Amino acid sequence: MKTLELKGVGKSFGPVVALRSVDFSAAAGDVTALVGDNGAGKSTMVKCIGGIYRIDEGEILLDGTAQHLHEPRDAAHLGIEIVHQDLALCDNLDVVGNMFLGREKIGRFHTLDENEMEQLAGQTLASLSVRTVRSVRQKVASLSGGQRQTVAIAKSVLWSSKIVILDEPTAALGVAQTEQVLDLVRRLADRGVAVVLVSHNMNDVMKVADSIAVLFLGRMAAQVRRSEVNQTQVVELITSGRSGDLGLPGAETIGAST
Amino acid sequence: MNAVVAEKAPQHQRSGSALSAYIRDYLARLRGGELGSAPALVGLIVITAFFAIVHQGFLSAYNLEALVIQAAPIIVMAMGLVFVLLLGEIDLSAGTTGGLCSAIMAVLLIRHGWWWWLAILAGLAVGLIIGFSMGWLRAYAGIPSFVITLATFLAFQGVTLILVGGQGSIILPAGTPLIGLENSFVPLWLGWVLLGVFVVGYAALKLLDARGRRSAGLPATPVAVIVAKVVGVAVVGIAFTYEMGINRNLITNAFFSNKAEGEPWVVVLLALLFVVWHFILSRTRYGRHVYAVGGNEEASRRGGVAVSRIRISVFVICSGTAAVSGLVAASLLQSVQSNAGAGNTLLLAVGAAVIGGTSLFGGRGRMIDAVLGGLVVAVIINGMSDLIQGANSSGYEWVVTGGVLLLAAGFDAVVRRGRTA
Repeated sequence: MKTLELKGVGKSFGPVVALRSVDFSAAAGDVTALVGDNGAGKSTMVKCIGGIYRIDEGEILLDGTAQHLHEPRDAAHLGIEIVHQDLALCDNLDVVGNMFLGREKIGRFHTLDENEMEQLAGQTLASLSVRTVRSVRQKVASLSGGQRQTVAIAKSVLWSSKIVILDEPTAALGVAQTEQVLDLVRRLADRGVAVVLVSHNMNDVMKVADSIAVLFLGRMAAQVRRSEVNQTQVVELITSGRSGDLGLPGAETIGAST
Repeated sequence: MNAVVAEKAPQHQRSGSALSAYIRDYLARLRGGELGSAPALVGLIVITAFFAIVHQGFLSAYNLEALVIQAAPIIVMAMGLVFVLLLGEIDLSAGTTGGLCSAIMAVLLIRHGWWWWLAILAGLAVGLIIGFSMGWLRAYAGIPSFVITLATFLAFQGVTLILVGGQGSIILPAGTPLIGLENSFVPLWLGWVLLGVFVVGYAALKLLDARGRRSAGLPATPVAVIVAKVVGVAVVGIAFTYEMGINRNLITNAFFSNKAEGEPWVVVLLALLFVVWHFILSRTRYGRHVYAVGGNEEASRRGGVAVSRIRISVFVICSGTAAVSGLVAASLLQSVQSNAGAGNTLLLAVGAAVIGGTSLFGGRGRMIDAVLGGLVVAVIINGMSDLIQGANSSGYEWVVTGGVLLLAAGFDAVVRRGRTA
């Protein structure tokens, strides 16, 4: 059974159709890449899964059960964590403070249980083999882009999310840091999390994904196993919506707009 | 992956002792722009030393008392402002709110014959209501706090003027505990007992923290550092309590032998407020959320923090504390003037918080900032007024205070740039 499944999902903003009967699935233990050109509907789809937008038609299934996501909190309750491009971290708090933000552990006399939080944060980072964060008491402001991304991802592990959606996690990173984050993405999936990787970067996608879903002008052009395609085919799917016998039938690609 | 290794921050070295590791960490934080209270503390020591050298008697018991009771209303108001500033907001009306609340208290006490404590409670309640209203306007109506509080700054000044009326001031009756706050003194024995409780409590808390961390297998503050801090606090406390124990009443004869010895009661109030607010900011979930909203509102909202409620609450705390400050000021003057809380009151308190190290951009600041910054401001005002006599003295006072504030704010901006770079 797929952890996350979208069936015939549609979303319009007034006359603009952003998503049209989109099918998509992400399995536990897999990194599912979601790719597509600008305006293909990637962000809209992520926001629908995250409960920020309500879908107009179709359904979103979690572990085979249809769910109604009305607001971000619903998604969080169901174990869906979205790590946004703009990194939802507070610069002025330390790593522990950020990882437990909104879910602080409370000890005696209603005070923060800093020791337990620090231990758990340390253990989580260690379990992901993160060695780049020197001290969990560092302020996030002093971390590099890759380290910040690491903290954001580790947060989803700490809260044992079932589905983690990473929105362009490597967009602002250098080569070495991208490497680190991709390693982390792989380890996250190996723990049995369904990881959805939204990315523009073909190298990243081909390197780390198990499954690749391509959006083209608001429609799902194809969702294929990584092993069955090469980079050229994926690029064709992104740019024209079809590649050989993969993708959308020619006539129907015209007319959808975003 | 070699580049990855090179990019890593230096690992913790187990070779050095815990103490040297602590010092290394502290220096690293300083370089990273997390200066804490160091600049304010150094500034306070430098200007105190300066005035002590150029002006005989600056550190006399008499002047020390004057300094403390002058600083008290500023420090109290700055404490409330720290909450608002942590969210990157501003409350320009804290001064006039304090003035209004003290005027309401005075009117109820004098003209309506209320019990003094009931009048005080009424004044404080008005402060809380004002804070709630302004917070609501900010959080739900979305009006910038600068505009809301500028409006109330002007309006409350008018309300106070109307309440106090034509005679210009309401004289408060001597002998009520309210007047005693700034004008009568803690018995010597009690002063020492309270100091003992404070120092022992501080030491116990620090040691328990360190023990808890060690038993949890986490790096803890070395005992040597804790001892040094406790000794530092104790020495300052003992010196202060000892000097406040000196009799400051020079007119003692057979008929008139009132002694003026002991610290003013307001010191106890300051210590209480400090402990409570510091506890809330640093050890509770609420305090953590205040910092979080000040650091990144969107991240806090996504994390499940009730952002609007936090925003309203800081205004409630600020105005409530401003009301306390207004009452302290009334106690100092033994009256409520028709211009109570207007003019420089608010600006000095904001200046105090900023000089202490609280950022105007939100997210950074601690309760100790209000205390240290308030002392710096009070020392400058007190020292300058002694130093420069004559018609223009208050002019120079203003210029120097402004200069120090600019220095502190500039310092803040430079540190911020260093952090983001």
